Amino acid sequence: MENQLLSIITFLPLVAALILALFLRGDDVAARNGAKWLALFTTSATFVISLFVLLRFDPSNTGFQFVEERQWILGLTYKMGVDGISILFVMLTTFLMPITIWSCWNVEHRVKEYMIAFLVLETLMLGVFMALDLVLFYLFFEAGLIPMFLIIGIWGGKDRIYAAFKFFLYTFLGSVLMLVAMIAMYMDAGTTDIVKLLTHNFGSETFSLLGIHVVGGLQTLLFLAFFASFAVKMPMWPVHTWLPDAHVQAPTAGSVVLAAILLKMGGYGFLRFSLPMFPVGSDVMAPLVLWLSAIAIVYTSLVALAQTDMKKLIAYSSVAHMGYVTMGIFAANQQGVDGAIFQMLSHGFISGALFLCVGVIYDRMHTREIDAYGGLVNRMPAYALVFMFFTMANVGLPGTSGFIGEFLTLVGVFQVNTWVAAVATTGVILSAAYALWLYRRVVFGDLIKEALKSITDMDRREKAIFAPLIAMTLILGVYPSLVTDIIGPSVAALVSDYHAALPADPAALAMH
Amino acid sequence: MTSADFRILLPEILLSGYAMAALMVAVYSTRDRLAPTLVWATAGLFVALALYIGFAGTGERTVFNGLFIDDPFARFAKVTILLSAAAVLVMSQDYMTRRDLLRFEYPILVTLAVVGMMVMVSSADLITLYMGLELQSLSLYVVAAMRRDSVKSSEAGLKYFTLGALSSGLLLYGASLVYGYAGTTQFAGILSTVKDGVPLGLLFGLVFMLSGLAFKVSAVPFHMWTPDVYEGSPTPVTAFFATAPKVAAMALIARLAQDAFGSIPTQWGQVLAGLAVASMFLGAVAAIGQRDIKRLMAYSSIAHMGYALIGLAVGTAYGVQATLIYMAIYVTMNVGTFAFILSMERDGRPVSDIAGLNQFAKKEPLKALAMLVLLFSLAGVPPMVGFFGKFYVLKAAVDAGMVWLAVAGAIASVIGAFYYLRLVYYMYFGAEQDPVDSRMAPVQWAMLVAVAAIMLLGVINLFGIEGPAALAAEALVR
Repeated sequence: MENQLLSIITFLPLVAALILALFLRGDDVAARNGAKWLALFTTSATFVISLFVLLRFDPSNTGFQFVEERQWILGLTYKMGVDGISILFVMLTTFLMPITIWSCWNVEHRVKEYMIAFLVLETLMLGVFMALDLVLFYLFFEAGLIPMFLIIGIWGGKDRIYAAFKFFLYTFLGSVLMLVAMIAMYMDAGTTDIVKLLTHNFGSETFSLLGIHVVGGLQTLLFLAFFASFAVKMPMWPVHTWLPDAHVQAPTAGSVVLAAILLKMGGYGFLRFSLPMFPVGSDVMAPLVLWLSAIAIVYTSLVALAQTDMKKLIAYSSVAHMGYVTMGIFAANQQGVDGAIFQMLSHGFISGALFLCVGVIYDRMHTREIDAYGGLVNRMPAYALVFMFFTMANVGLPGTSGFIGEFLTLVGVFQVNTWVAAVATTGVILSAAYALWLYRRVVFGDLIKEALKSITDMDRREKAIFAPLIAMTLILGVYPSLVTDIIGPSVAALVSDYHAALPADPAALAMH
Repeated sequence: MTSADFRILLPEILLSGYAMAALMVAVYSTRDRLAPTLVWATAGLFVALALYIGFAGTGERTVFNGLFIDDPFARFAKVTILLSAAAVLVMSQDYMTRRDLLRFEYPILVTLAVVGMMVMVSSADLITLYMGLELQSLSLYVVAAMRRDSVKSSEAGLKYFTLGALSSGLLLYGASLVYGYAGTTQFAGILSTVKDGVPLGLLFGLVFMLSGLAFKVSAVPFHMWTPDVYEGSPTPVTAFFATAPKVAAMALIARLAQDAFGSIPTQWGQVLAGLAVASMFLGAVAAIGQRDIKRLMAYSSIAHMGYALIGLAVGTAYGVQATLIYMAIYVTMNVGTFAFILSMERDGRPVSDIAGLNQFAKKEPLKALAMLVLLFSLAGVPPMVGFFGKFYVLKAAVDAGMVWLAVAGAIASVIGAFYYLRLVYYMYFGAEQDPVDSRMAPVQWAMLVAVAAIMLLGVINLFGIEGPAALAAEALVR
């Protein structure tokens, strides 16, 4: 039982989706409610079981726990497990899914299919964070595109088709290059077992390819192939352009999952593959990644300032916040990596909540234009409070989890590259600018728009949805050890292995 | 010895005899009224023979003085050919009956084509190769023009015949050059000749033969006939073209390359790699502009042949295994897809315009879902089985050090994903308009759903196809 726990968590939502697909007939109110309740129940049960895993998890052990292994086709293995880095992403997913499901209680259009798509998506996302076999990882990673493609395409906004295609093709292109790299890794190491690959040394001798000196050799090439996939997923500047489109067109719940969980797969991939498996390649490319991150933070913050669509603004803000994550990861020290993971978790709660905030007023007014609102505080005091809280958390106000993530990553980067840290810090100011300005335009001022005169405040369900998110943001903000105690030992092992794998004299590498 | 020789040839003899007998019975009796029965009987015979070959066949034997070979490779290909031909036959019966297309010649011609294919994959001699190929091709020319009163169908048949004859000419010319320089038509003899140096003329012969065979698998730049023939032929015939003959021709390329020229893999490997890359990209790019689903499937099959050729181009046993698995998966997917295409109609008339799929999911959620699975599988998105086919060939390419080929395949698959996605887009979120009707005989429905289920459940263990494919590949590549 113990060994199958992870599989149970992963496939429970899929089983529920199958039950919905096969046994639920009709499209009347009873059937819709049945679908919603089953989905809510399953995702909640998944969360409870994953809590059990978290309680049994031993943070001091830096290896993989709850490992399950079976033979599969092609000489591959079906292998699942969690370590200090992945367990919290699993928790993030199982925690957010019931909230997401509950948030789309108002959906009336093809409810059953909607619930099936989200349940399947949960299975695939959990699989990504638990898979310990390259191809199994790829399978979950890629398959996640299908439900998301459908969620955007069927339940999305006006330009959903364009957004769905852009989303799919962008991420698909990144991933197939990763697939080729995975095959090359298999040929080099003779295994697709991630645990074994973590200890395998991939070639790092500089060689010449088509007249170009590839510093870091095979590792750099593999790094670049993985980078193509994770950078798109993350998304990093300049391959982020699919994200605003996808976010704007996706339904609220789709945006929440996209921002809160799917983007984290990129960061998780960097931590699981790029850093530990290609340390030399990472080291060679780190300056580039750091500068791309710094540019992303400043550039997308400025772009966010100019947006007239609320969701687009938050989407650009997400890209900026993901910039801190990549920056922290490639600082490759304890603070940086701790901060990156922390930032990802925190961003999961905050950006998810912000998209839900937009969803609340979109449900009432059916527009996301900032200009259509103003003075909401007069009629929606509770909403103004919640929105204020998450705006502040997004800015990184001390006392919220947003602060810890940004602070730790900046501290980490400062030790490695002061200039990058300096540029990135201006992003903190810019984020305050766009977030507070958005808040002022939407919530403050006089209520002069005729259409808003009859708007109602949040009902009990909506308030209840925000409660756990507020709680998590505050708890992690004042007591970050809750997270760092769990990830600390694994991150420490990752960082020390990383530095041990680098050549003693970095100049020697560049000399070749 | 002779009786043992005949026992090896038993399935081919049985099928030929059956075709003759059926022809006699049909000619002297009630003609077309017999056709549905004949279709089912033929399919039944195919399945029975597939089971016989699959389970009873063992070992490796060359018979009739080295003209004909029976080995695990031939058996794997034959089982695939027979099963896919049987599937296409039974699912086309309802379609053809309703449109008054079903002539008794149809199952008989298909049977003869299948005999040709079985001879092709078992050939151990240039003469056998040509005999099998022509028996297959001549039957297919006639089948393409089955709808006698349709200009398009006749055009398709004529086009196919002209270009097919040209390719046969190329092949024969190449074969004669090979014979001239090697002094023998037997593969084994050619192999021992090329071991000590390859004469330039023989190389020319090899290239001509490969060109002729590339016509048959519709690899770029010998693909021009494919879209027109696919579009013009009656849909059941298109379904047949897209499945069994492709397997046979692909197996024949593998057979010729490995058995006759196995010691000089670099000579043909580059040619096949070039064909593969051109096919993958042209198939992917040209399909984007297509509005007709049959033309679209033509380009799709061109692209798929490109992937299958990757496995052969690398020249290893693993590559051949990859190609065999790829082809098995490819025909399965095509059987399912064509089961659906056969059912597309409006006011009782078949339609093939993809715009007719708009909002199809609302009308027929289950069929749309099955098609969704199939289309993602064709695009090679995991966890569908189609992904494992691509994974196999790409792995074979990287394994053999041809990383550029794998990268090209990966990039082409992204371009190709677009048009499969567009079909999904039409079905699930297209413009609001009246979608096509989908009238399915139970057997078509069963095929569609079964294939979709296979595409999903195959992720568990690929239905154990790996073992036989590995055995087949090892028998071919020594």
